[in-house]
Amino acid sequence: MQVPYTVNTRSDTGLYNAKLGIWLFLSSEVMLFGALFSSYILLRVGADTWPHGYEHLNIPLGTVNTAVLITSSVTMVMAWASLMMKDFAKYRRYLGTTILLALVFLVIKGFEYAAKFEHGLYPSTSTYFAIYFTLTGLHGLHVIGGIIVNAYFWGPGSKMWKTDPDRFTHRIEIAGLYWHFVDIVWIFLFPTLYLL
Amino acid sequence: MRKYVFSQDHKVIGIQYGITALCFLLFGFTLMIMMRWQLAYPGQPIPLIGQWLGDANAPGGIMLPEFYNQLGAMHGTIMVFLGVVPLAVGAFGNYIVPLQIGAPDMAFPKLNMMSYWSYFLGGVTMLSSFFVPGGAANSGWTSYAPLATIATTGQTFWLFGMIFLITSSLLGSVNFIVTIVQLRAKGLTFMRLPFFVWAQLVTSFLLLLAFPPLEAAGVLQLMDRLAGTSFFLPSGLVIAGQPLHVSGGGSPILWQHLFWFLAHPEVYVLILPAMGIVAEIIANNTRKPLWGYKSMVYSTIFLGFMSFIVWAHHMFMTGMGTVISAFFQTTTMIISIPSVIILTALLLSLYGGSIRFTTPMLFATAFLPMFGIGGLTGLPLGLAPSDIHLHDTYYVIGHFHYVVAPGTLFALFAGIYYWFPKVTGRRMNDVLGKIHFYGSFVFINGIFMPMFIEGLAGVSRRLYDGGQQYAHAQGVLHWNVFMSISAFCLFFFQLFFIINFFWSMKKGKKVTSDNPWDATTLEWDTPTPPPHGNFIKPLEVFRGPYEYSVPGKSKDFLPQTEPEKV
Repeated sequence: MQVPYTVNTRSDTGLYNAKLGIWLFLSSEVMLFGALFSSYILLRVGADTWPHGYEHLNIPLGTVNTAVLITSSVTMVMAWASLMMKDFAKYRRYLGTTILLALVFLVIKGFEYAAKFEHGLYPSTSTYFAIYFTLTGLHGLHVIGGIIVNAYFWGPGSKMWKTDPDRFTHRIEIAGLYWHFVDIVWIFLFPTLYLL
Repeated sequence: MRKYVFSQDHKVIGIQYGITALCFLLFGFTLMIMMRWQLAYPGQPIPLIGQWLGDANAPGGIMLPEFYNQLGAMHGTIMVFLGVVPLAVGAFGNYIVPLQIGAPDMAFPKLNMMSYWSYFLGGVTMLSSFFVPGGAANSGWTSYAPLATIATTGQTFWLFGMIFLITSSLLGSVNFIVTIVQLRAKGLTFMRLPFFVWAQLVTSFLLLLAFPPLEAAGVLQLMDRLAGTSFFLPSGLVIAGQPLHVSGGGSPILWQHLFWFLAHPEVYVLILPAMGIVAEIIANNTRKPLWGYKSMVYSTIFLGFMSFIVWAHHMFMTGMGTVISAFFQTTTMIISIPSVIILTALLLSLYGGSIRFTTPMLFATAFLPMFGIGGLTGLPLGLAPSDIHLHDTYYVIGHFHYVVAPGTLFALFAGIYYWFPKVTGRRMNDVLGKIHFYGSFVFINGIFMPMFIEGLAGVSRRLYDGGQQYAHAQGVLHWNVFMSISAFCLFFFQLFFIINFFWSMKKGKKVTSDNPWDATTLEWDTPTPPPHGNFIKPLEVFRGPYEYSVPGKSKDFLPQTEPEKV
């Protein structure tokens, strides 16, 4: 017997296995970042002084990065939609754009980090910078994870389109859900760290 | 290689989990045996193994306080994260759940394999920490900051090890939930699931949602240790007369909140699968349906929810204020209700049954009073006024060991004896099993019961010499020797289990049918041992999980696959 519902949905739950799996995984991620945001609140409430984000961080760069990530989420959806319309070449273009935008995000983030280090601002400088570097660093790791997954589906993983197109489309949907989550985390991080 | 080492078959992975976890349990127990020697005979060289421990730990075989602290921290860590949980969830969950729901395998076999190997790496990391300078983690299994932040390198290993273990349980829990929701056989509705499957489902949700905050805490503590941040370091910390050069402003209490947010649900991760195993065995050996199956299921779900809002009852001593204490006292009292419902239902299931006292049933029956003692002694700890007196004494140790050792571990032993014939095709020896049971039962109580006496007298749990220096401990000190001798005897009786386990694998009595216990649930519908893919043909379920002794039927059990005669 083979494992059922890898491609088809189960009628009484309306889900295929991986879709339920990714939502569960994301719920666990919510708890991870939720704990970190809670820690941020607790530390800030307990601190004697706490700098405003805009005094130390570069808001224009942060805004650009926000736009970059949101755009990449849109292209991610387009990649999936292209597969639904059976247009593989378009899918490659859109997913490629998503990966490039993610790289742009990391490069800009890298410049921001470098500027901080140049001014002698490290995680050990203050609790504000500690949480800034920890949260954005962990988010950055998630971005890198997303790039690896998407690059796999852009390159070697896309062979499955020929053998099992339905399952491959599901995989892109799953990767997309993860990518949107990474995007949403940033949408919370940006105001929390930069604006407040 | 692919078949046995990097296998993706849930049964092989279950066995891998089981063997690894049993080895860790034995190792963790050995650590405790060394500690018990030190507590009963402080300052005397440890016999037999003392000379092998090295001069850094035990010069001349006499244990140093630093080494005692390592043993304490690692005993807790290994028993909880590397022993009991992997055995209860990783081994039993992996092996039994897909069989009980009529699935060919877990939903994600590759993830399942990665989950095991991540656990394995975590275990290796933890063990290797004994060999780094300063030895293994020594700040208690709770790794409270700031003590853990300034501790030796072993603590960094501990944190990395935990991250591997958290990854493992994350992969595992996603897999379990998807498997149970998606891969149930035709006709197997949720209210027809065996109670064990329900227990595993709720357990998986606890692991899925409670572990990430500890991962967050682990990341923050790693930053504190490696990048010089002060998440858990308050301002103005002075160590050995020297002010600590950190930015300060952190909160040690934050660590405790994040830690216990995991570690309280973790208690239910330890106990729920055990209750599930006990329920299966009791229904099978009383030849009766479980009493109040539905209320047990609802209680389990309610327990799962409540376990997320009781964590700060571990923190009454932190001065977080009476209002918060009152809230957590209330939730703690509420959460005891579903546990009592489950225990009562199991107890009432015995009433009027013609009980077969097989070895698994002996362990399962013993679970009930043992868990009962563990649970009831928890009530004074859940109320702040009495907790202030009992906090950090041996009473606490006695309480949670009653839940986990003669509670959970007995249930796990019961499970091993019960499912052994399905896994190997052979029964375990009954005489050896009974010797194992009665010996363990007597001596495990000999260890933990006196702890209540010592604890009520106010003996702190953290004393390296067992309390020799403390005037108020003098009246109860003689119990230390009693407890330690009980522990050594308990160790001796485990040998019967180990011998039985290996002997029965090769020479045990072969089972003549696929269903040697005349059970009703689906795992007994497979060939013995189950082949890859489990079931010969897809099956359909027609009835609830425990239809024993149904009036008017020719046999006293109706398997779930038995169709209703029209």
